Amino acid sequence: MANTAIKPVVTEEDLLIEEYGYDDHFHEHHHGDKYQSNFITTYIFSQDHKIIAKQFLITGMFWAVIGALMSLVFRLQLGFPEENMAWLRPVLGKWITINDAGIGTLAPEFYYALVTMHGTILVFFVLTAGLSGTFSNLLIPLQIGARDMASPFLNMLSYWFFFLAGLVMFFSLFLSTGPFSGGWTAYPPLSALPQASSGSGAGMTLWILSLVFFVVSVLLGGINYITTVLNLRTKGMSMWRLPLTIWAFFVTAILGLLSFPVLVSGFLLLMFDRSMGTSFYLSEIFIGGQALDHVGGSPILYQHLFWFLGHPEVYIIILPAMGLVSEVLSVHSRKPIFGYRAMVYSILAIGFLSFIVWAHHMFMSGVNPFISNFFVIFTLIIAVPSAVKVFNWIATLYGGNIRFNSASLFAIGFVSMFISGGLTGIFLGNSAIDIQLHDTYFVVAHFHIVMGVAAFFGMFAGIYNWFPKMYGRFMNETLGRLHFWGTLIGAYAVFWPMHYLGMSGVPRRYYRFDSFEAFGQFATMNQFITIAAIATFAFQVIFVVNFFYSIWKGRKMTTRNPWGATTLEWTTPINPGHGNWPGKIPAVQRWAYDYGKDGKEFIPQIKPVEEGESEAH
Amino acid sequence: MTVLLAILCIILLAIIVVQIGRVNELAAKIRGEEEIQLVANRRHGAFSLAFMILFLLASIISAWYYKDTMLWYGPHTAASEHGGSLDYMFNITLFFTGIVFVITQILLFYFAWKYRGEKGRKAVFMPHDNRLEVVWTAIPAVVMTFLVVGGLDAWNEVMADVGPDEEAIEVEATGFQFAWQLRYPGPDGLLGAKDFEQITATNPLGQDWTDKKNIDDFHPSELVLPVGKKVRVRITARDVLHNFYLPHFRVKMDAVPGMPTYFVFTPTITTEEYRQRLGALKADGTPKYPEWHEPVDPNDPESPKKYENFNYELACAELCGSGHYAMRRLVRIVSEGEYEAWLGQQQSYYMSTIRNTDADPWKDVLFDSEIKERAAEFNDRVTKALSSESAADKVLALEHVSYQPGSAELTALSRYQLDNLVTVMNNYPNMVIEIGGHTDNTGDAAANLQLSQERARKVYDYLAGKGVAGARLSAVGYGQTRPIDTNDTPEGREKNRRTEFRIVAQ
Repeated sequence: MANTAIKPVVTEEDLLIEEYGYDDHFHEHHHGDKYQSNFITTYIFSQDHKIIAKQFLITGMFWAVIGALMSLVFRLQLGFPEENMAWLRPVLGKWITINDAGIGTLAPEFYYALVTMHGTILVFFVLTAGLSGTFSNLLIPLQIGARDMASPFLNMLSYWFFFLAGLVMFFSLFLSTGPFSGGWTAYPPLSALPQASSGSGAGMTLWILSLVFFVVSVLLGGINYITTVLNLRTKGMSMWRLPLTIWAFFVTAILGLLSFPVLVSGFLLLMFDRSMGTSFYLSEIFIGGQALDHVGGSPILYQHLFWFLGHPEVYIIILPAMGLVSEVLSVHSRKPIFGYRAMVYSILAIGFLSFIVWAHHMFMSGVNPFISNFFVIFTLIIAVPSAVKVFNWIATLYGGNIRFNSASLFAIGFVSMFISGGLTGIFLGNSAIDIQLHDTYFVVAHFHIVMGVAAFFGMFAGIYNWFPKMYGRFMNETLGRLHFWGTLIGAYAVFWPMHYLGMSGVPRRYYRFDSFEAFGQFATMNQFITIAAIATFAFQVIFVVNFFYSIWKGRKMTTRNPWGATTLEWTTPINPGHGNWPGKIPAVQRWAYDYGKDGKEFIPQIKPVEEGESEAH
Repeated sequence: MTVLLAILCIILLAIIVVQIGRVNELAAKIRGEEEIQLVANRRHGAFSLAFMILFLLASIISAWYYKDTMLWYGPHTAASEHGGSLDYMFNITLFFTGIVFVITQILLFYFAWKYRGEKGRKAVFMPHDNRLEVVWTAIPAVVMTFLVVGGLDAWNEVMADVGPDEEAIEVEATGFQFAWQLRYPGPDGLLGAKDFEQITATNPLGQDWTDKKNIDDFHPSELVLPVGKKVRVRITARDVLHNFYLPHFRVKMDAVPGMPTYFVFTPTITTEEYRQRLGALKADGTPKYPEWHEPVDPNDPESPKKYENFNYELACAELCGSGHYAMRRLVRIVSEGEYEAWLGQQQSYYMSTIRNTDADPWKDVLFDSEIKERAAEFNDRVTKALSSESAADKVLALEHVSYQPGSAELTALSRYQLDNLVTVMNNYPNMVIEIGGHTDNTGDAAANLQLSQERARKVYDYLAGKGVAGARLSAVGYGQTRPIDTNDTPEGREKNRRTEFRIVAQ
């Protein structure tokens, strides 16, 4: 390792690792380095979890920008429906129709394609792969004291299946019939019948193909995360000593492993209906001037299969963010996370409950109203572990000595967003209230705040906090803080007013509102939202600039543990090579949250419990 | 060029942004990292506090500002019986979540400010506190129990179907790309059977016309309902999923192809009353809801005010394709009397569009109502002719009397009109008539003359057979000699092929 060779500074960490660590003879075999012998195996088809994490992150950022730009286009349509959009013609081509007066209008078909793609991309590519993929990869081996994932090869495949999924989806954007446009949930019959919508032809075929590749990626990754956490924890790292990040990634991976296959089975039946004449989801349909010979299926079946994934999916998105935020809040408040065990139990409770609440997405879809009783009960029970987490985060700040930087600010912002968005879930989960609010902007406001913005805040907290671990440099703090305040205010400005739209009954997925008297009275509010969205996007540009600038030009890391954190990843060299630790693997002596204990600023996990010292939890 | 300029601007902005960022790093070098961090803690701690105050203020002020457009308040009161119970659940949930929202947001940002990092401050070591944790697990659990019980109570009552001995008006709404088709049961109160395979351009719902319940069903363009009467909407879809959504009535239910769903509700406010509410004035004479007093057309202050034009609406709330956003139907809630009057004006879809076309399975049958209608109409015409002075008015066409093609055999349904004529002859014992047969100009004139004579004779025979004295009847064939319309078009020729009778004496 070049780095350690040049600077043979021996720190306290090195001594502790040397004294108590576990010698797995890793570097005697040098099999670690054969993965990285040339450029391609180092940076492209890499099997190193740290490189794969970066690959997930940067691919996720690419998709986030695409998805955000799409949202700006349809926000322009909603805020300024009469405005001339001809200037977008060079990009969107025939989807901008120009009338005789030279006024360009966004085609409704493409509006719906944009909405659909925005949802699909953000939910799957950005907040699942970009968030969980990045940080599970980066942190699981580093924080549990492993050389790498249990199977680096499957890990590499996981990324490249994600890449393939992205490639297919990207290609579908350029189809002459347009990408899929039936909403990210892809309910049949709309998604099953090309006659029903132009995007349901080739666009839908590629959409399914892409998501099947994506699920393969999630499963390969997930099985790896679970195995690694269960089997590769270093000496002394019991489950109760895991940082909350790892708990969150671990439960997330289990959720994915159990729910994504159900989604694929749902897709499989959909493919059969589309191309082999089966009738799983289709019955008694007259479309395009003819009666189809599909009889006996039920579109509701698809909804059950979809939401059996779909609901755990929102926890697949939010749990990693919760884990990252717990860690970041604790480190930067210089306090242990409040109620560590309660936090773990609530992660487990949320994970379990997430499997028995799916039909709360379907209260108004024609399922037997009696069944909804159970789903209401389980759904509102989730509020309890969620509330515990929120109170514990706030209690973590109490009495702290908070270091304000971009990471901790985003973690605090996450809690604010999670409260705001979580509380509106209590309205929607109660089926009686959902009668009116279902499929209105209230829902849009709810899930964007609680799993869109909040998950992004968790992701940003993670990026700012672990950027030094990834690149050996810091991101710029001034820009980071500017990014935070702009995003916090901007995101609330975008999504808060949507509650009012929803309460007055404005349905989501409307191309324009003026065809209805009841929905058309909010033109000013819609303009405000659009302007706020553009401004918020501008602040994300600052982040992207900061990110790439800092990779090469950011302030260099000079010490291993800049945040004074207790966890293992900060005991590696500044630029850890393959295998993470140059010598022995560190052994763990205590839990991950000894901050401010016995008058000490922090006590790393590798430090043995002193005589007379009691373990904290 | 513009693109180039735009790219240059972006690059320039990026450079500026990066330079701003570097200022901080330079300052850190000069003043020391720790010092800079303390400055940041103070500054962003203060920002946190400021944000908390502004955020809470903004949320309260915006809620106040938009109160008139919000549900469950003023102009957006529910217009259905069950709506109130849902609105109550919303409010009670808002009450609890509002408290939690304000307290947690205040604590979050207040603690952030209060415990900002300062020189010499030591963080408290406080890993957990079982008592606190039990408290804040128990409180949400109790509140949730309360909300679940209230919510489910309302839900099960609202979603209950109509009981077997309950009275309700049943109407049907069918969603298709991209409109709603409404169907009412007609006087029999029952919706007829339908089958998607029978859907055609003229039979948009695939109604099975052999089902007599379909005969009186009608398809109005608006959903008109009486106030205070329970309504059961049968909700179906023809192609993809739709959602039957009546925002003012708190009604929403998916329309699923192949699986009818329903929603039962009772409208409580007529359209007219709702307009009056929106247009209400305060005690001092100013409008209660000024936005509803604006003119409909902003450029024409003389146009009617918004509240005067208010209408309930039916929308689609499940993405169904590119026209999803425009599936509007008007909904009118009227008084019982107005509703009955409106029902009286509606014409059965079958009678107006299907009757006697090829799609009609009852082509060979006359319904009792039709027999009565024709008799009344026929009597009416005869009465008019009798009281008229002009000779031309004394000639009456025998409508609905027809023959097998090319022969003089009367069709089965002709007898109803001939019976009407028999009744007239019996009612006016002095009346003498001449029956005239006419043809168009196709074919041989002599043959036509012969055919017309035979046809007139057939009618003569029928009447005589029913007991009309032969002295009061004569039968003449005119062939093609007396056309009443052009013989150049099929329609004209059809008019010319006719049987008439002329009142000779009365």
